[in-house]
Amino acid sequence: MKWNGWGYSDSRFLFNKKGQAEFTGKRYRLSGMIIPGLKDWMEGTFGANLQHKTQPVLNTSAVQPPMLNEAFVEELKSTGIPFSHEADDRVFRAHGHCLHEIFALRDGKIGRVPDMVVWPNCHNDVVKIVELACKHNVCLIPYGGGTSVSSALECPPEETRSIVSLDTSQMNRILWIDEKNLTAHVESGIVGQDLERLLNESGYCTGHEPDSMEFSSLGGWVATRASGMKKNIYGNIEDLVVHIKMVTPRGVIEKSCQGPRMSTGPDIHHFILGSEGLLTAIIKILYLRDHEKYSESLIDMQKLYHGLSSIFTSFLDGLKKFYITKFKGFDPNRLCVATLLFEGAREKVLQHEKQVYDIAAKFGGLAAGEDNGQRGYMLTFVIAYLRDLGMDYYVIGESFETSVPWDRVLDICRNVKARIIRECKDKGVQFPPLSTCRVTQTYDAGACVYFYFAFNYRGLSDPVHVYEQVEHAAREEILANGGSLSHHHGGTTS
Amino acid sequence: MLKKRDDFEDILEERRNTSDLRYALRCYTPALYKGLTPCTASELKTMVLQSDQLLYVINQVSKETGTATDEIQSEAEAILEEMAHRLQLSTIRFFAFTLSKIFKTLFRSICVNEEGIQRLQQTIQEQPVVLLPSHRSYMDFLLMSYILYTYDLALPVIAAGMDFMGMKIVGEMLRMSGAFFIRRSFGGDKLYWTVFSEYVKIMLKNGFAPVEFFLEGTRSRTAKSLTPKLGLLNIVMDPFLKGEVFDISLVPVSISYERILEEALYARELLGVPKPKESTSGLFKARKILSENYGSIHVYFGQPVSARSLAEGRVDRSQFNLTPRHIPRKPSEGIQDFVNDSAFRLVRSQEENMVLKPWVLLAALLLQNQTAGNKLGVLVEDLTEQAVWLRDLSRQFGAFLHWPDHIPPSRVVSSSLSLHRSLVRVSEGRVQLNLEPGFPPPAMTPEEELLSKAVVVLSCASYRNQVLHVFIRAALLASAIHSVAGSRKQEIFNAFSFLRNMFSNEFILRPGAEVQDFEEACYLLVKSAVLQVHQQEVLVTDRGHRTLAFLTSILDPFVQGYQMVCRFLCEEATESLTEKQFVPAVRKFFIKHLLTGELKYVEVLSSDLQKNALAALLRLGAVQKLRGGANEGTLKVNTVMVNSLEDTLGGKLPTQKPLAARL
Repeated sequence: MKWNGWGYSDSRFLFNKKGQAEFTGKRYRLSGMIIPGLKDWMEGTFGANLQHKTQPVLNTSAVQPPMLNEAFVEELKSTGIPFSHEADDRVFRAHGHCLHEIFALRDGKIGRVPDMVVWPNCHNDVVKIVELACKHNVCLIPYGGGTSVSSALECPPEETRSIVSLDTSQMNRILWIDEKNLTAHVESGIVGQDLERLLNESGYCTGHEPDSMEFSSLGGWVATRASGMKKNIYGNIEDLVVHIKMVTPRGVIEKSCQGPRMSTGPDIHHFILGSEGLLTAIIKILYLRDHEKYSESLIDMQKLYHGLSSIFTSFLDGLKKFYITKFKGFDPNRLCVATLLFEGAREKVLQHEKQVYDIAAKFGGLAAGEDNGQRGYMLTFVIAYLRDLGMDYYVIGESFETSVPWDRVLDICRNVKARIIRECKDKGVQFPPLSTCRVTQTYDAGACVYFYFAFNYRGLSDPVHVYEQVEHAAREEILANGGSLSHHHGGTTS
Repeated sequence: MLKKRDDFEDILEERRNTSDLRYALRCYTPALYKGLTPCTASELKTMVLQSDQLLYVINQVSKETGTATDEIQSEAEAILEEMAHRLQLSTIRFFAFTLSKIFKTLFRSICVNEEGIQRLQQTIQEQPVVLLPSHRSYMDFLLMSYILYTYDLALPVIAAGMDFMGMKIVGEMLRMSGAFFIRRSFGGDKLYWTVFSEYVKIMLKNGFAPVEFFLEGTRSRTAKSLTPKLGLLNIVMDPFLKGEVFDISLVPVSISYERILEEALYARELLGVPKPKESTSGLFKARKILSENYGSIHVYFGQPVSARSLAEGRVDRSQFNLTPRHIPRKPSEGIQDFVNDSAFRLVRSQEENMVLKPWVLLAALLLQNQTAGNKLGVLVEDLTEQAVWLRDLSRQFGAFLHWPDHIPPSRVVSSSLSLHRSLVRVSEGRVQLNLEPGFPPPAMTPEEELLSKAVVVLSCASYRNQVLHVFIRAALLASAIHSVAGSRKQEIFNAFSFLRNMFSNEFILRPGAEVQDFEEACYLLVKSAVLQVHQQEVLVTDRGHRTLAFLTSILDPFVQGYQMVCRFLCEEATESLTEKQFVPAVRKFFIKHLLTGELKYVEVLSSDLQKNALAALLRLGAVQKLRGGANEGTLKVNTVMVNSLEDTLGGKLPTQKPLAARL
């Protein structure tokens, strides 16, 4: 895992000696492939230049020595729970993936970091740690997958007490599966892809698939009220969770039954879901469903997807590109791509597929085939790697999202994109920014819109500050246009 | 305060040198909003008729009245048919040709700031655009379209009053040159309002064409800007406020005429000769106008004002998030205030970019001379000296004065006088207003004689009025200083606020901006070394008295006019006086007092001033208008209050209760 960028150490975008973009490693379908259009796209969209490269500064010696609470450490030793105060371990858990956090790390700036890391192995370990922390006046920050994008892992610089990072990674087991009720009891530290793999072995899945599922943990999903790409079939995290056990400084909270619904309110889960970082640890049960996968994708002529579509078109092999652009009359710079994943029993999938293609045909769209669909789906996992590539070349960016009623979707897209462009100009950004969006989740009463925003920061003295001002303005615009502050990015986190 | 303004270019010059026909037939390919393809008039109608808003209101009206929706739908179609424009390039070309001919005979030049045109061209491609010209003449909107055609800019659709449509052929021709017609009043007609507002909004938010309308609602007969009307501004702001477009650009356009075609017509109208109904034959009668020289026209396209920046920090747009947007709602109070405030700002920026000719200053000076009782007139040399003094003062105040500095002042003065020779008389080196009846003297009653004098005075005042916006704040301050015995700043401010409040129907004074206006006035008068403003005190410098005297007397006719209206209401108004009878009755009262010499300003005969005074008294609650029944429109006068307002205006009473705003 990278300590100052996204994902696995061996997987990254880079420009090879021939100046072609390449994705390294062996983990993804894209790995080892040359992406011919990416260079032009970066240069064209951002005015980025391969000659202008930033050099990340690696400087772990800048870490301050740990500030330990001796009494706490002593008692913790007696419990046998493993812990560490090595600089590497501490720095690794001092940040999430907000732009400013990664930017500071690449710049060699390391602020306040946890003084110590503990690895509980089970629920009772957590209970013990929380008790000790209360007793000795020590701060706890829970840590799951480290993918937070809401600054939840940042240590307050003014904190004078000892800060302990509570890493749940060892609590990664499925304790039991109840096939009669289609539920499972899972520890909070399990990472998305492991949970899915283990359930698949028994013929089940959760269907919860946020973009970060390779790294984010179940506990983080609950703490951030996460949503996944397959939510239309399986629901969001709040629909999946039946029971939660939470350790708090004042004791353990849990419901006394596992009934699927109750009328007594308010539902205690609503205090826990989305409370972001206030929790210590969570243990829970999920629905399981039969599963069958089937994926496909189609192309439509709307402009929503503009920016990213050019990456997509670079995957189209020559012949297909020729067919689509010349025979069907699509302009590769204006085509819009929808990646769709159909999942469920075979008849259902076929029926859904037909419905969608009929709608697409009505608006002049066409299906681009399963292969492209799978690539498109996989893209959502590698997008995060793209940001690191951008940062190598003075491009910083971020995504944020909102949920909004249907009749305002187009208005909000247009206005927020325009606001971003205008704010960048006002704030002195020298190059036109990338300002684009896509619809990622749909509901009966509205949709989730995901905005991507990135710009070339050459010539700016404090790019992160500019970035934050623009993002703030964009969020104001979202609120003014009837959008919510966020749809799920408190994040797929912790 | 001095703003940098663009330079002008005369567009008639090219017309005088190249073929008008070729000009009218040349290739016209304006840049459009975001490269849009223009939509036909019939497509536009379909969009309006199928809009959610209209369908909603049709259903609502159907439920309320029990009429079938089909019927209401066809009613809506009829309204739209009556309203919609049918812009045709061929008509535009026809106008381009004929107007070129007409303009060349009437005007010496038509000057346009080309930088403004370039800004506009840029803006049209980026944002939906609303053009907001000042309104002084019938010419305004033809002139606007003519200029936009000349510069290959998108032609606007123009909101025009229904009275134009009465002019048979011309009405249709105007329609084909982009005018759409709205009824003057449709108060409670929900259906009409919806068709109308949807029509405007759909054109605007799709960027089909710039929308043009007159903020002042009607032509100003006095050359003073009129209090803005808010209906259309509300409509065009709506798509922005509801997030249907990113932004809207509002472009104030200032059209200044050296001589207005309607000059004498307006003066007669203000004196009570009823307005001739717009008719085609009337227009042809106006042909004799063609033989006269009307000087030059200056058209200044101002800096586009973004609706977004106006709303920044003022409007919480999320208030529109909780109701579906197609359900019509009355704008909240906050929104109304915002639109009102924006309207005032826009009218003020129109005012600021109005080009003032030297004659405007001369008119102000000659009027002051005339009321000072100078029967012989003023020596040309003296007038020139005063004009140079006033020129420098108005420049210090930021006026957009077109005074040719390379020509000796005496020549500037004499050429101005000769262009306006119908209004002034120069004999034996002395100048005065041309008030004596022509030769041979026709037999006239004193009243007729007074009225014929008044025509000249009001015509002259309509030039003087053009400069009022430059001086108004300082003039209010000067009068306040004059009326307050001491030099205490707070007292002066109170008097200033009183006067400002009193005259806020007369001049463009942004609601709620007392303190800013006061500070602006102080700033200007300190800068021109008239005042010293301290923490608690305001002192007049030795050099300042001339300026203060000039400023006080510029406001004086209005003060006296308002005082006399108050007196009329206290002394003469009967129980049954209605709003309709008000103006004729006041006029009679004024004529009587003018003839006895008790009243010195002939210009108070202007019905505009009288109506404004009444509106102010109604606003202040000193007069009430009864509603309903047999008493509809009857004015109920609160004599005590009107009396005390009169005395306060006359300086007999100190400004009463301290006003809400304190310094």
